Amino acid sequence: MARTANPPRAVPSAARRASAGRPLLLMVATRKGAWLFHGDTKRKTWQVDGPHFLGHIVSHLRLDPRDGRTLLAAAKTGHLGPTVFRSTNLGKAWKEAAQPPAFAKAPEGSKGRTVDHTFWLTPGHASEKGSWYAGTSPQGLFRSDDGGDRWTPLASINDDPQFIEWMGSPQDGTPDGPKLHSIIVDPRDPKHLYFAMSSGGVHESVDGGQSWTALVKGLQVVGGFDPNTLTFHDPHVVRMCPSNPDRLYQQNHCGIYRLDRPGDTWQRVGTKMPKRVGDVGFPIVVHPRDADVAWVFPMDGTDVWPRTCPQGIPAAYGTRNGGKTWQRLDGGLPESQAWWTVKRQAMTGDVQDPVGLYFGTTSGELWVSRDEGARWSCIAQHLPEIYAVEVAELA
Amino acid sequence: MQVLIPSSLRSYTKAMHVEASGATLGELLADLDRRYPGLRFRMVDEQDQLRPHMRVFIDGQAIHSLAHGLRPGDGVNIVQALSGG
Repeated sequence: MARTANPPRAVPSAARRASAGRPLLLMVATRKGAWLFHGDTKRKTWQVDGPHFLGHIVSHLRLDPRDGRTLLAAAKTGHLGPTVFRSTNLGKAWKEAAQPPAFAKAPEGSKGRTVDHTFWLTPGHASEKGSWYAGTSPQGLFRSDDGGDRWTPLASINDDPQFIEWMGSPQDGTPDGPKLHSIIVDPRDPKHLYFAMSSGGVHESVDGGQSWTALVKGLQVVGGFDPNTLTFHDPHVVRMCPSNPDRLYQQNHCGIYRLDRPGDTWQRVGTKMPKRVGDVGFPIVVHPRDADVAWVFPMDGTDVWPRTCPQGIPAAYGTRNGGKTWQRLDGGLPESQAWWTVKRQAMTGDVQDPVGLYFGTTSGELWVSRDEGARWSCIAQHLPEIYAVEVAELA
Repeated sequence: MQVLIPSSLRSYTKAMHVEASGATLGELLADLDRRYPGLRFRMVDEQDQLRPHMRVFIDGQAIHSLAHGLRPGDGVNIVQALSGG
């Protein structure tokens, strides 16, 4: 597979500075609606605002960092088609997108694809105000240039026979449907993009999405299958380090990986995780200012894949040396009989110092750490199953 | 003609019964979407198929094709087959 050399480029200075401590907004997307939690500058008190869209399956809720007030929510109900809701006043009022993500109409007589739900939202580059990307289930990539009101499919993915073959059938995907996720825009270059598909591998573009190169070298697939077939690759989530955009971390179905560009071979860095825990999970979070620091939340990927906390004892794990070693971070978490897990979009970190970490559980609990995972406290219970947690600073 | 709107779509219409017109079910849904933007895509996918669980009855008969012809005075009931938790 072709490689693209990335010349050294300046990292935006905002990525290198610790925040002075502004009020925070936690955006929680759940199976039954969305909630906003407003936090003080010390991250000690949280005011709940919600539910929004009660009864809607909300897969992702993101704030536009370029204006600090526009929210997009990817939503559907169990019985209505998918849509995107938009708010330009931090959730006080919402308006539905005029043209939600939808695949192109198939020629007469052929079976076209239909978007079941929008799964992932990524604001575009800082220089491209109003631009957003969306990933869908089944796998599709869409772009909006008007703040999320009208979405256009990227034919280079959605209608490409090779990509459609790699996407596999719905039976090849996750239980909630195959997904396109982890859409990443290089802060140094709006045309440099990554995305991942479960299943279908990791892909890179350096021309704004017109052409793509697969980036799966070094990644393992389930035993007995050919890693040269992209359909068998199941990246759960990929994150770019803000302090060093040439470093990517990935939590994969088959372990934790790191990739340092311009290299093109992923290195499995989860092998030093304790054997009884393993290195399978959904989320991975990267430090805003130190590319050697990352956190994961392992799950039980043995036997029939229970996808619960291993042994029912939840813990985050963190590395401070790029994955050479991992430390268990479970202070304050239940010590037994906790059979939930954390989904791929449901763990995140803020930009304060020390970094605050946040995760939501499949059992509807929202947990916060103000000290980079050393100690956790639960700030909400009894929410619906949490699909995504994002955090942003408010002006 | 009069159209019965299910509760899940009344955030668009603000009413249980609304007026719409068209020579086919497809035209009727297009007219509904003009009056209540966004409603059609929640009911019909991008391949012009009624979404799963979305049912349309015309004078008591279940209709699955957007090409189905309508006559003035037909009663159109849109219903959702709710299921699951």
